[in-house]
Amino acid sequence: MTEFNSILVANRGEIALRIMRTARAMGLKSIAVYTEADAASPHVAFADRAICIGSGPVADSYLDATKVLAAAKEAGAEALHPGYGFLSENADFAQACQDAGLVFIGPSAEAIALMGNKAAAKRRMIAAAVPCVPGYEGADQSPALLQQEAAKIGYPVMIKAAAGGGGRGMRLVDAPAGFAAALDLAKSEALAAFGSDEMILEKAVLRPRHVEFQIFADAMGQCIHLGERDCSVQRRHQKVVEEAPCPVMTPELRAEMGAAAVEAARAISYLGAGTVEFLLDESGAFYFLEMNTRLHVEHPVTEMITGLDLVALQIRTAKGELLGLEQQDVVLNGHAIEVRLYAEDPAQDFLPQSGHISRWQPPNGTGIRVDAGISAGQEVSAFYDPMLAKVIAHGTSRAEALERLIAALGDTTLFGPRCNRDFLIEVLSHPAFASGAATTSFIADHFEPLPPKPVSTADLALAACLIYRAEQADLAAQAQVPAELLGWSSQGQLQARMVLDTGSEAAVLQLRQSQDGTHDSITVLIGEAQHHVTVQDLSLRLDGERVDLRQHLLVDDTLFMATGTRMLRLTRLRPGARQGVAAGGGEVRAPMHGNLLELCVTPGDAVEVGSRLAVLEAMKMQHEILAEVAGTVCEVAAVAASQVKAGDLLVLITAQDRSGQDSSTDTPAPNGTPATDGTPAT
Amino acid sequence: MKAFQSRINTASDSFAQNRADMLAQVARMRSLEARAAAKSEERRPVFDKRGQLSPRERLAALLDPGMPFVELYNMASYLVDDPDPETSIPGASIILGLGYVSGVRVLVFVDDSGINAGAMMGKSVDKALGAIEIALKQKLPFIHLVESAGADLMRYTVELWAHGGGLFAGLARLSAAGNPVITVLHGASTAGGAYQPGLSDYVVGVKGNGMAMLAGAALVQAATGEIAKDADLGGAEMHAEVTGLVEYLAEDDAHGLEIAREVVAGLGWQHCATIPADYSAPKYPTEELAGAIPADYRKPYDMRELAARLVDGSILRDFKPGYGPAMVCLQAHIMGQPVGILGNNGPIDPDGATKATHFLQLMDQAGTPVIFLGNTTGYMVGTAYERAGMIKHGSKMIQAVTNLRVPKISLYTGASFGAGNYGMCGHAFGADFLFTWPNAMTGVMGGEQAALTMEQVARRTAARKGIAVDEARLAKQRAGITAHFDSQSDAFFTSGRMLDMGMIDPRDSRAVIGFCLSTCMEARRRTLNPNAFGVGRA
Repeated sequence: MTEFNSILVANRGEIALRIMRTARAMGLKSIAVYTEADAASPHVAFADRAICIGSGPVADSYLDATKVLAAAKEAGAEALHPGYGFLSENADFAQACQDAGLVFIGPSAEAIALMGNKAAAKRRMIAAAVPCVPGYEGADQSPALLQQEAAKIGYPVMIKAAAGGGGRGMRLVDAPAGFAAALDLAKSEALAAFGSDEMILEKAVLRPRHVEFQIFADAMGQCIHLGERDCSVQRRHQKVVEEAPCPVMTPELRAEMGAAAVEAARAISYLGAGTVEFLLDESGAFYFLEMNTRLHVEHPVTEMITGLDLVALQIRTAKGELLGLEQQDVVLNGHAIEVRLYAEDPAQDFLPQSGHISRWQPPNGTGIRVDAGISAGQEVSAFYDPMLAKVIAHGTSRAEALERLIAALGDTTLFGPRCNRDFLIEVLSHPAFASGAATTSFIADHFEPLPPKPVSTADLALAACLIYRAEQADLAAQAQVPAELLGWSSQGQLQARMVLDTGSEAAVLQLRQSQDGTHDSITVLIGEAQHHVTVQDLSLRLDGERVDLRQHLLVDDTLFMATGTRMLRLTRLRPGARQGVAAGGGEVRAPMHGNLLELCVTPGDAVEVGSRLAVLEAMKMQHEILAEVAGTVCEVAAVAASQVKAGDLLVLITAQDRSGQDSSTDTPAPNGTPATDGTPAT
Repeated sequence: MKAFQSRINTASDSFAQNRADMLAQVARMRSLEARAAAKSEERRPVFDKRGQLSPRERLAALLDPGMPFVELYNMASYLVDDPDPETSIPGASIILGLGYVSGVRVLVFVDDSGINAGAMMGKSVDKALGAIEIALKQKLPFIHLVESAGADLMRYTVELWAHGGGLFAGLARLSAAGNPVITVLHGASTAGGAYQPGLSDYVVGVKGNGMAMLAGAALVQAATGEIAKDADLGGAEMHAEVTGLVEYLAEDDAHGLEIAREVVAGLGWQHCATIPADYSAPKYPTEELAGAIPADYRKPYDMRELAARLVDGSILRDFKPGYGPAMVCLQAHIMGQPVGILGNNGPIDPDGATKATHFLQLMDQAGTPVIFLGNTTGYMVGTAYERAGMIKHGSKMIQAVTNLRVPKISLYTGASFGAGNYGMCGHAFGADFLFTWPNAMTGVMGGEQAALTMEQVARRTAARKGIAVDEARLAKQRAGITAHFDSQSDAFFTSGRMLDMGMIDPRDSRAVIGFCLSTCMEARRRTLNPNAFGVGRA
């Protein structure tokens, strides 16, 4: 037995919090590590002690084993829980923990190393008679041989990084002609992501289900499974929805697959929690995919149907305690479904989003669990994986769990960075998902390409009225105008004008407020469209219909609003705001007579507001001439080291497209930056 | 205090009849306002082509969303330039009113360039002068959205030209008094109009369209032979860079208005508003004024019924109800503000005049604003009244009304005849605000009374001369006089001639009075920073 009283959680966000909650419940002290970018995160506030291990980038903080271990030493931590992602499947790190006298809550370094290499793992599984996808996992990596092996396996073939995960370094090849190019791409991706370009090949199982088994093993060799999870709904190999049990599972198949999973774990003398992933095809045949030697993101669905706390079990087995559970003790109760709420914009190909969270209102209700790692007022940083929270629903049946989850998402409000809530609701509401027939191709079949969802004129009208009323209330308080005069004009109708940025266009709205004695109404004209918004019996009505408005918030000129199915962000455009009141704009002229000492730009240069364009010497002073608009230099009209007159054109800048400049709170993460905390998928 | 008990049955036929009559008058007013808007809208293609907002859109973009607005002189010019009631357009090609910009109460003056290209109409100069006077008196920033073709040469009169100089003087006075004058140059501002930006404290010029010059290209060529371009003569860009007449250059109309809003926000203006005391709405809704009050002044009613529908909680404190009962003197609150109310339940007699005088002096002593609800056919005539000193008591009342130091807000609700108009703070008596209901009649006397008077004169003359009365001729004369007087007494006619500051829906009376009261009270609390000559521009 190994006793410990404190756990350093080498992770962040929802999983760090989730682990610390159980630790606290078990009377253990929690130690958080964090970065400066995460200083305001809830996991820092929750911990008994928190140690800063870097500024922001993961390579210098959460992924830096030395810093994490130094923090553990500084805090006197006795055990370490790695969560998922980051260092959780790093065998060297597990070993380093052990060397430092820390209890690593997870399997042995050997087991991690073995399962971390897909090729080695597969060889071991074949040896243990666990069914595997036909493929090649040999050491000879010459392209020619790989191509031969692919032909032997039979197309379509999947090329995978041996060290991979999360869908990176992975390519599907339909025919021999595309093999070489796909291999090159997969190799370079794998090298960049994992530092190794070793590849394995597998027969591509088309439209399979992704079914994984949660296994648990204690130090005495007792190993059981806690049932399966179906994670078939994936978008480009990233899990979107997870559920337990699998909709097509039968007790017989569960027994068979469960036994294979337990066998896989036993084969490597596994300890603690692990997940054995399988592909399940339509005939009921299943193939070992890989084994993850850590807690899975989607572990809550297992917890909800088994009533077990997997983190508590992890801690107990890490202490050397017995599981105290036999396979027959595991009873699956009802059904649970989880979705992952991401700060990403489905409309922009799911580009990760960052920025300030103005409001976070998680749902609650019967059977609802929310694992979140965010709070209002916090910044979502571009440094980390954009998963913000998981919403999980439990019900006695799959249908009940699904109903509860859809309803809960409708009550989930995240105002700040754009998120995938509405996409999740659509996915869950799709008949193919409701019927339980979704396979791994479900999203590609039904949601790609994602149909554009232009903001409707009704949404615009509602947003405009909400902005209008908020502004009206503010102004009335400022000027002490009695409520009965608000919205009133002796002309019988008040008019206002508003321009809203929908993200794709600037919509011009005319608002007309009139009072008919009993209630006031606002008529909104948008081009040819006309809508009426009224307040009646304290409820907002649009064209006579009650509006399902759950939440709304005005932050400066940006309105957030959430209905049961849509979360919108619309920004009021102030005329000319982007150009300020400065004359000139893109025309940069000499402010006075003088000698043009220096010209700092040439045509084609991109400039920001404040970029130095030229230096003018006049009256013995050197004046820097700075750009007042962002854009591209299209003309340099003056010559350096020459005399210029006041008003002479120096530089001409083509200003950036207006709509592209006003994404104040929503700076997208640089394209191509991969998710950084390694949230696992297949 | 207990609320007033109304004796009006809102379910009665007479209520329904009164309401229909009053609403028909309101509908007439609204249709005339709509006529001006529609006429202006005819110029839409020109605005669109130039990338401009229409004058009404400019007003909407300038004003704070959802904040109250009171239009002034909405009927100005009606039946003045065009005597045909079916075609005459009210407004004098100006939209004028009081509203809020960036949370500041301001006076807004919009050239309605959709009408006659914004050229001056018969009452435009008077309306502009009225605007300046109100801004001065109520200590309000003056915002002018300019686009005007200037004087209409086809309507030139020498008096109008001479009179028009008052605009220049008025702007100079506003600046000197400490009322900021803010101009947005949306379009042309030529000849005399060019002095509008020149006399402004802040000028926003809209690129491409904004223009100010003493003479446009056509006139320059005619006068000197120079072939010039308008943009070089007075384009906003030129003024922003060369003359300094434009402080802020705007990309378009909407941007210009946004800058104007920023300028107002930057004034650091003293709001001087007080948190309104907790008050209740009238127990009898103001809406009932259409119905409770007969549209025809010849049907008598109790002025308390009207007042009860204006004041907080319908609570009225009656001053000397038993003495001079036809002169109703009430104390009440409107939107939390204490007011004195003077109203008529008939002609003013000597007791009523002395009672009113006493009451007005009390209000003045207490600093309480006075609301005049005029519905009187005048001061009483006849031996008994003459002998009771009607002249001196009436005079005393007129002295008090004229020289009251507290805010005066006057409303024509029915009849306002003869010296009764004067006693009830009519056109010439310096009311801070004076509005009319559309059913009101004002004049020296009612048409019928004038006709009867002239008939009596004719009969007396005939009797003295001993000749027979030509009844047919007399009937014709009676009809003629009645029509002549009534047409001139009609509120639409008098409002067109700017004998009030605007015509309102009776159901808006409480809102209008409440708004104007706070305007007056704020002005009295506000200290401006006057200077000797107005701000001279660089």
